Amino acid sequence: MNEYSKKILKVPTVTFVREQDQGKQPVLDVRNLGIDFGGLTAVDGFNITIGPTEISGLIGPNGAGKTTIFNLLTGVYQPTRGSVLVNGIDIKGMPVHKVNKLGIARTFQNIRLFTDMSVLDNVKVGMHNDIKCSFFESVLHLPGYYKAEKRANQKAMELLDFMGLAEFADTKAGSLPYGVQRRLEIVRALATNPSVILLDEPAAGMNPSETTELMHQIRRIRDTFHVAIFLIEHDMNLVMNVCEAIAVVNYGRIIAKGTPDEIRTNPAVIEAYLGKEEGDANAEG
Amino acid sequence: MKKLNRNQVKNASTYILVTAAFLILQVLSTQGKLNSTTKGFLVPACAYIVLAVSLNLLVGICGELSLGHAGFMGIGAFTGIVVTSLLAEAVPNGVLRLVMGMVAGGVLAGVVGFLIGIPVLRLRGDYLAIVTLAFGEIMKNVFGNLYLGVDENGLHATIKSEGLTLAEGGKMIISGPRGATGITKLSTFAVGFVLILLTLFVVQNLINSKEGRAIKAVRDNRIAAESVGINVTAFRMKAFVVSAFLAGMAGALYAMNYGSITASKFNFNTSINILVFVVLGGMGNILGSIISATVLYILPEAMRGLQDYRMILYAVVLILVMLFTWSPKMKDIISVVTDKVRGVFRKNEKEAASHE
Repeated sequence: MNEYSKKILKVPTVTFVREQDQGKQPVLDVRNLGIDFGGLTAVDGFNITIGPTEISGLIGPNGAGKTTIFNLLTGVYQPTRGSVLVNGIDIKGMPVHKVNKLGIARTFQNIRLFTDMSVLDNVKVGMHNDIKCSFFESVLHLPGYYKAEKRANQKAMELLDFMGLAEFADTKAGSLPYGVQRRLEIVRALATNPSVILLDEPAAGMNPSETTELMHQIRRIRDTFHVAIFLIEHDMNLVMNVCEAIAVVNYGRIIAKGTPDEIRTNPAVIEAYLGKEEGDANAEG
Repeated sequence: MKKLNRNQVKNASTYILVTAAFLILQVLSTQGKLNSTTKGFLVPACAYIVLAVSLNLLVGICGELSLGHAGFMGIGAFTGIVVTSLLAEAVPNGVLRLVMGMVAGGVLAGVVGFLIGIPVLRLRGDYLAIVTLAFGEIMKNVFGNLYLGVDENGLHATIKSEGLTLAEGGKMIISGPRGATGITKLSTFAVGFVLILLTLFVVQNLINSKEGRAIKAVRDNRIAAESVGINVTAFRMKAFVVSAFLAGMAGALYAMNYGSITASKFNFNTSINILVFVVLGGMGNILGSIISATVLYILPEAMRGLQDYRMILYAVVLILVMLFTWSPKMKDIISVVTDKVRGVFRKNEKEAASHE
């Protein structure tokens, strides 16, 4: 493993690697990732390295391929080119559930909760691979079942409490307010014991005070559980405040990488978001 | 005392209700208050309850529409018949033989369920429904053409139309389109009741465990379930196999209640009937399945006196029940009533707590 980490860490000796992450094996190491849908190249030449306790962001205009990248990282799509290494293991050819077991958890842009189940059960589903209880123990309700359930309930309640959702434990997930549903998705992702969490637009549909609360929570999650967080977000306030490193994509390619301050002033980023200056636009039209 | 949560109360009340119904019917039957027609309903009703609950596991809990449940029932039925008639001398105890036949039927149905599941569970929704429908029909036709007999040289089976010629003293167990004849009626109401309890135990325990949560998660959102590390195919398979196993046991129980049975009994109609029990009882509602299976099985039988009109009436009843239970007003009324009942319980709880 050590030999391996030496090999990788040559790539990102960039300024924004957190001090505590330096010299460690990255949780996520993506090299030259690309995918074609038919003749359309959705993502190409995507490289990123995420340290064990880094909060990084992925931004870009609508349709830039951000969610496609998340789907590639979690094994939903198989890449046409390149590789994804989660904790040093290549996910090539793995089904989605196995990729999750390697330590990568995610939330979804359009919330995907288990709507007919209680909030507590949603979290317990997240803990599925953590609950050690065999099929027969479950079906026959042997002592092992009660022990495992008790532990699961306790841990699930702790997680809910951490995100301030304990009061909703018995509520049906589908009947929760929007913002709470988003936070529940994060709890469910946390319940899988990940080493990196991908958040796909966690603040979408949240009001400003909820967003501020979310920023604190994202930092608290990182500090408490020592996980890396990689998020897609359109709310620039959140991205600039919470992320230590940002990658900007447009038309499926990275156009800029850097700290929030570098990104804010990067001409390529401004162009991607706001278009070229008037003179250039006329020349094109 | 440990406080029971809502699920535990619900589960316990299902057991209590089933047991109470069994005891009442058993007492009535020993006192001779039940006529022979009613007594004849008891075992098939048990079998249909088990079938409905097992299909509910697949349709209601796992969210997979299956139209071939009668196929599994048929596998169980014919396996049960073969096993019990082969063991007729080795195991003189009728109940024990019946149980062995049921277990064999269940296991074989489960194994077939697993084998069928490998290709079939790649499909979803409508496609799965169509393939399971085809499976049911194939099973019916296989049994309808199967000749199986035993003689001094052992067990013989063929699906050729000329049938089997057995050595002298041999005995046909299944004879093609004429079905299985000369079955020893081993099924009793008590065994049926025990099978219902077993089914409830397995299904309810499964639902309230890690496995059941995973199955429900797959139903609610497949993509999210995968993303939290659940092997979707494995859990659909588990639900499918458990459901087939229980259906096989119920099939054996059902078959052993009659002197003879033909393969045409396990046709598409039967599959649809079981599905109707599940849908009317409420998807995922176990107690609902039990009640609707009982009522809807007894209803057409009880209306036999009306002759040709009974199926029309049956259909009308189905439509009315559907309209009744699905109207928003009715749902409101039901929720008000259940809230009140719950309120009474809470009050009692609080009083009990304050007394302590």
